[in-house]
Order: sequence, then C-alpha cells, then structure tokens
Amino acid sequence: MLAPSRWRLISVVVALIFGVLFTLPNLLPAGMRESLPGFLPKQTLNLGLDLQGGSYLKLSVDTRALRVEKTTNLIEDIRTTLRADDIAFTDLGQVGSDVTVRITDPAQANTALNLLRSRLGGDIATGGSGLELSAQPDQRIRLGFSEQALNAEASRAVDQSIEIIRRRIDALGTREPAIQRQGIDQIVVQAPGESDPERLKSIIGQTAKLTFQMVDDSVSVAEAMQGRVPPGSVVLPSQDEGPLLLKKRAVVTGEMLTEASQGFDGQSGQPVVNFRFNGQGAARFGEVTASNIGKRFAIVLDGKIISAPVIQSAIMGGSGQISGNFTAESANDLAVLLRAGALPAPLKVEQQNTVGAELGADAVRAGAISLAIGAVAMFVFIVLAYGLFGVFAALALVLNVLLMIGAMSMTQATLTFPGIAGMILTLAVAVDANVLIYERVRDEAHLGRSPLQALEHGYERALVSIFDANITSAISAVIMFMFGAGAVRGFAWTLLIGVITSVFTAVVVTQLLIGWWYRAKKPKTLPIV
Amino acid sequence: MRWPFITNLPREFNFDFVRLAPMAAVLSAILISIAVGSFVFRGMNFGIDFVGGALIEVETQKPLDIAGLRRVMTEAGGEDAQVQSLGQGNGAILRFRVPDDADLNASTQVVKGALEKAFPGIEIRRAETVGGKVSGELARSGAIALTVAMFLMLLYIWFRFQLQFGLGAIVAVLHDVVLTLGALSLAQLEVSMTSIAALLTVIGYSMNEKVITFDRLRENLRKYKTTPLRDIINRSENERLSRTLITGSTAIIALSGALFFGGPVLLPLVFTMVFGVIIGTYSSIYVALPIILLWGVRRDDDEAVPLKPANARPG
Repeated sequence: MLAPSRWRLISVVVALIFGVLFTLPNLLPAGMRESLPGFLPKQTLNLGLDLQGGSYLKLSVDTRALRVEKTTNLIEDIRTTLRADDIAFTDLGQVGSDVTVRITDPAQANTALNLLRSRLGGDIATGGSGLELSAQPDQRIRLGFSEQALNAEASRAVDQSIEIIRRRIDALGTREPAIQRQGIDQIVVQAPGESDPERLKSIIGQTAKLTFQMVDDSVSVAEAMQGRVPPGSVVLPSQDEGPLLLKKRAVVTGEMLTEASQGFDGQSGQPVVNFRFNGQGAARFGEVTASNIGKRFAIVLDGKIISAPVIQSAIMGGSGQISGNFTAESANDLAVLLRAGALPAPLKVEQQNTVGAELGADAVRAGAISLAIGAVAMFVFIVLAYGLFGVFAALALVLNVLLMIGAMSMTQATLTFPGIAGMILTLAVAVDANVLIYERVRDEAHLGRSPLQALEHGYERALVSIFDANITSAISAVIMFMFGAGAVRGFAWTLLIGVITSVFTAVVVTQLLIGWWYRAKKPKTLPIV
Repeated sequence: MRWPFITNLPREFNFDFVRLAPMAAVLSAILISIAVGSFVFRGMNFGIDFVGGALIEVETQKPLDIAGLRRVMTEAGGEDAQVQSLGQGNGAILRFRVPDDADLNASTQVVKGALEKAFPGIEIRRAETVGGKVSGELARSGAIALTVAMFLMLLYIWFRFQLQFGLGAIVAVLHDVVLTLGALSLAQLEVSMTSIAALLTVIGYSMNEKVITFDRLRENLRKYKTTPLRDIINRSENERLSRTLITGSTAIIALSGALFFGGPVLLPLVFTMVFGVIIGTYSSIYVALPIILLWGVRRDDDEAVPLKPANARPG
C-alpha cells in the first residue's frame, strides 16, 4: 500500500491543482478576478442570503381565486351565448363548484345544451376547456370543469406566474434573482444584495389585472348599493371618487396591451401611463367607444377603478393614457406591471426572509473566524498528539479545505451560515479517518510488526471502518438534501462534498506522504509508537 | 510528557466498561426522564420556522429597552411578543405572532412602522415571516428527513453487520435525539430549521461512532470465537479507547471556535453539535453495546460450528 504509485501521485497533484484553482478566486479582490485569463475559473463561493444579505420570498399561487374567477367567467359566457341565440333562461347561478341554468322553454333545452357544449366545451386533450355539461331534470343544465382541467389550469398558472415575476424583476434591475417553482403551487424568489424587500414584494405581489369596463347607468349607484344590482353588473370601489356600477364584461383587457410606459400629461403635467393596444384590442376599443359617445367607461386595476373618463369621441388609433393621481415612481411601476402582464391568479406571501447586508457581513466574519480558529486548534492538537504523522494529517486537512471550497465554488452550491458549522464538523470527521489509521498502525506495531508491515496493515484494516462510517454519513447528507428545505439543503450539500473530499485526502494524501517519508528515512520505529 | 503525546498513552487499557453498564443504564434513564419532563413542563422553544410568525432583528441607537420594545410590538398588534437580547451592542431579536385571520405581512409592516416611530434610528437588520401553511410543511419535511435517514441507516447496518447491531444503533441514536432535544428544551434554545440540520449532523456523527464501534466488535468476534461476548466488548472498547478520546477531543476542539466566536446566531447550532458529539460517544459504549450484549449476537459468520457463550442466543 505504501509502494510508490504513479496513479496516487497524479490524483493528488490533480486534486491540489483543482483545489487551488477553484479556491483562488475567493481570495482575490474583484478587480484582479476579472483580469484573470479566460480559461481560469472565476466563480466564487455562492453565499446564502444569510451571509450576503438579500431577500427570500416564498409565494403561493391562490388557486382558489383562480377557480372562483373561472366560474364567474363561465356564468357570463353562458349568459352571452344563450342571449345571442334568443334562448330564454332563468336561475343562472353557482351551485357548489358547478354552474346551473334553467331553460324556460322545454323544447329548447336540448338545443341549448348542444349549443353550450359546442361553444364552451371540448375535450381537454384536444385543446378544449375541459367543461363537462349534463342535462338535469326540470330543463336544467349543469356545467362544471373537470378536476383535470382545473389542475392543468393551476399548473399553467404557476408557470405563467413564474414567467411574469421574472419579467417584472428583470425590469427592476435586481441582480441575479433566482426564481424557482416549489411543490405544486409555490414559487420561491431569492434576490441577493441590498434590494428593497418591500418594493420587491409590492411589484411581485400585485396581480396587475387591467380591464376597461363600461359604466352601467341603468340604475343609480345608491340603488345598486342597496342590493338592486342588475344582472351582469357589479359595484367596484374607485380610487378618487365614490364606487361606480360597472358592466362585468370587460371591453378590453390588459392582455391586449402591447406597450406601456410612464409619461406626462400634455396639459396638466401629471405623471401618466401611456399605452397602446394590439390590433384586436384597438378594433374592439374603437368599436365600443364609437357606439358609446357621451357615456363613461372605467379603467379598473385589480378590482379598483383608477379613473372613469367620459368618452368624447371614438378612439380609433389604439393608444391612450391612464391618469389617476400617480407619482412618477408609481406610474413607472404600473407601466412595468402592465408590460410584464397580469398574474393569472393572486399570489400570497407565505414566507419572507430579509437579511441586511451588514448583518450578512457580520455573519461572514464570525463564520470565517470560527472556521479559522477551529482549524488551527485542530492542527495544533493533531500535531501535538501524533508528531510528524500529525503534520501529514494536517497537510491532508489543508488540501481537504481547499477541495471543499473549490468544489463548492465550482458547483455554485449555496454556502449558508449553518453550512460553515457543517464544514467544521466535516473537518473533525476527516481527522477521525487519520486517527483510525494511526491507531490501527500503533496496534499493529505493538503486536511486534515492523514499521512497514504495521503501516501496510494499519491502512488496510482502517479502510473498512472508514468506508462504513462515511457511507452512513453520506446517507444522512443525501436524505437531508432530498427532504430538507432552504438552509438545510445547503448544509447537506456541504456535508456530502466533505465526505467525499475527506475520504480522499485522509487516505490517499497521507499514504503518499508517509510513503515518501518511509522510503527516504527507512525508520526502525514509527514516531507514534 | 513525551512528544508526540500519543506515545504517553499506555499500550493497553484494561478498563471494565461492561461493569459500569448498569450504572450507565440508570444514568440514561434519569437523563431521559429529565428530558421528557422538560418537554412536558417547559416545552420546546419552537422558532417561527415551525409555528409561524415574524422575527425581526434590530439594532437600537440607545441601550436596549426590552420592556419598551415588547410594549410597542404588543400595541401594534403582535401576539406573544418576545425580545431576546443578542448580548453584544444594542442588538436584539424580536419575535411575535399574529392572529390566524390577520395578514402576517401587513401586520409585520405595522409593527415595523411602530418600532421605527417609537425608537428613532432603529436599524432593522433582518426580517423573517413564516406563514402557517409553510411552517406546517417545514415541520413535516423535517420529520420525514429524520425518519427516512434513520431507517436507511438501520438497513445499511443490518446489511453490513447484523440486525441486532442495527437496532442497537437505532435505539442509541434515538436516545441521543431525545437527550439533545431535552437539552435544547432545558436551555430553551430556539428550535429552527437549522436545529434540524444540527440534529441530523448529530445523528450522522453518532451513527459514525456506532459503525466504528461495531466494526471493531465484529472483528474481535471473528478473531476470538469462544471468548464470552462481555469480554469481547471490553476488549474492543479498550482497543479503540485512544481513538475515541482523540477523535472526540478533535471534534470538540474544532467546534470550540464556532462555540466562542460564532455569535448568538450560530450558538444553538454549535451547542447542539457539541452536546451531540459527547452524547453520541457515550451512547455508542453504553447504549448500543449493552443492547447487543443483552440480545446476543450470531457468531457463525464464517464457520459452521461456533462455540456459543452462555449469554448469547442464536440470532
């Protein structure tokens, strides 16, 4: 085992080069790091939020709101479809999670069912809505979405939300945000650095659903507030004036916007949001404004009326502006939100974690000091205990630290504050491998074996224990990585890397060093006996 | 003292480990009762990771006014308001919960605003909120991780050694987990997701110890086929005593830097680890091995005709 082996030497040299190359960027100032030649690695340790400061947000997509909205839309669709074909109906409304409607004329019941099925239904596999319709007694039709359709919609909503959040955050210019899906309906956003968590949250958390709806003046708002809301209309609060009664059906929606930017009103000089519709939106908006001159329409954002201007003339060009008590910043934020698009469902902040950069710097300092003191104390102890062999173990430990930091820099694994503690304990377990070997060697020497034989047997025997012990450690690290959340995962990764590097350094490196020493000195006794 | 120090250790130890086992059993029983008593009467100091709520770390301009901070939080709508001084400068960690139906994030904003108004110049260094839904998930994933890890380790030890070794190890590790949690409960250190990581590390270290212990035991069982199990255990433990001492000391020396200089955030984690290292070493000798001694081992690993000691049953 101690015979010179080219393979062993090469592997240690390669590991040493790897460790130094990948650890080095962490020690250089940023300027020097940038000027390194292109083939050298430049990645530094990926510090967790607790070490570098930043914000962590865990959001969940409100899939219940999504269902409610889908049902509301379905009721409106049924109403429009039946009215368009002059089919009289009553009792249109929600029953449980489904919708039912009663067709007044029994002769038309079947026609109505087929009509609704062809317009609104369709198998989900062929791109349909997944709506299930059934004829009920008493000329009733029951309509409901299949569970499959609802789940597909929820999953789509999460994907869409991630995309929209990414666009919004990119527009803010936040440095390297990480946006990930977690579980079925959760999204994790991590933004490092000194970003303002509240602004981040407000820009992520807003649904930004923009609609243009006609004001319904068939009854007065006061009457409507007393419960006499005409079907198909709704009372919404307004930002500047009292609530208004609006038609539920949106004339144009935010999805039809192609452009939105912050500008200033030509006359008042107030900040406004300028927008432009796409072809479809422009045509619809032109049509509706042309036939409603003199009436009011409302611009509604997330269920709140921003402004409700009177239509002076048909607006045909497809562009316009939203005014409504904006500051330059709030107008700009709204423009960002409109450009990025509306979230398909509201997001709820489930967990938030913000660490100030200064606190992070304190943590880095405390972690580095802890690690340095722990390592130095360990070096001293091991050298005191085992003399020259202790020096060999300490050298192996140095390479182990280099490899761990190098591997973590290379894989861009997140190093967290608990991860530093994990690294320290990993170093202790790495030393244990050497202790096991040396104690075995001593045992063998005490049995009267020659130094060479004692070394050979000691390594061989200790390897079994080292192997078993490290497999169990690896099992716990892998499990932590699979089931843990957040900080625990970073910790587990640190442990796993540590298990691999420590077995390599504690066994192979010391073997190489002791082999050299033995051949150079040909000792009669071992220093540890 | 000669250097290297290891040469000062006697070549052979002749300590009767097994003789102390009954006393150790009593000690373990007492410690476990204390731990369980502490769970019941003091409870665990669960952090917001597990119970939900908000945590704000602040630094005030003037010396800490703990009662004032608590009053401001309570007046702004925080329930169970707690203030923990960080013991350095004017830093403190504030914790509170909000009623179930209130919006946690909005309430946290209100409390932050109230703090900034009542303590001009207060610096908010860190803020965390955990909703009830997430905290349930975290607790569940922590529990799953613990259970799965233990089960897989049991399988591995069963595969490498024998079933009774695996069960001995699991009982010993459970003993360590209960005592470590008991220590956290007695000291009222906060239990967070990080503590779960620490606990898993303790389990990993403890398992490591068990495996090393079993390894030597297995080797001696093969070597001395007729010696009673009790003597083999004593022999194995004496043989590896120097290793136990050195590795244990190394682990604690390595962690000492973090224990004294890691600051208040790292303290619960490092405390758990140090405690776990000590208890893990103890339980290898005085929980895992006595279980194996009482249960007996199969000693026909290599040859068909074993000589069974009186206190061992066929496995």
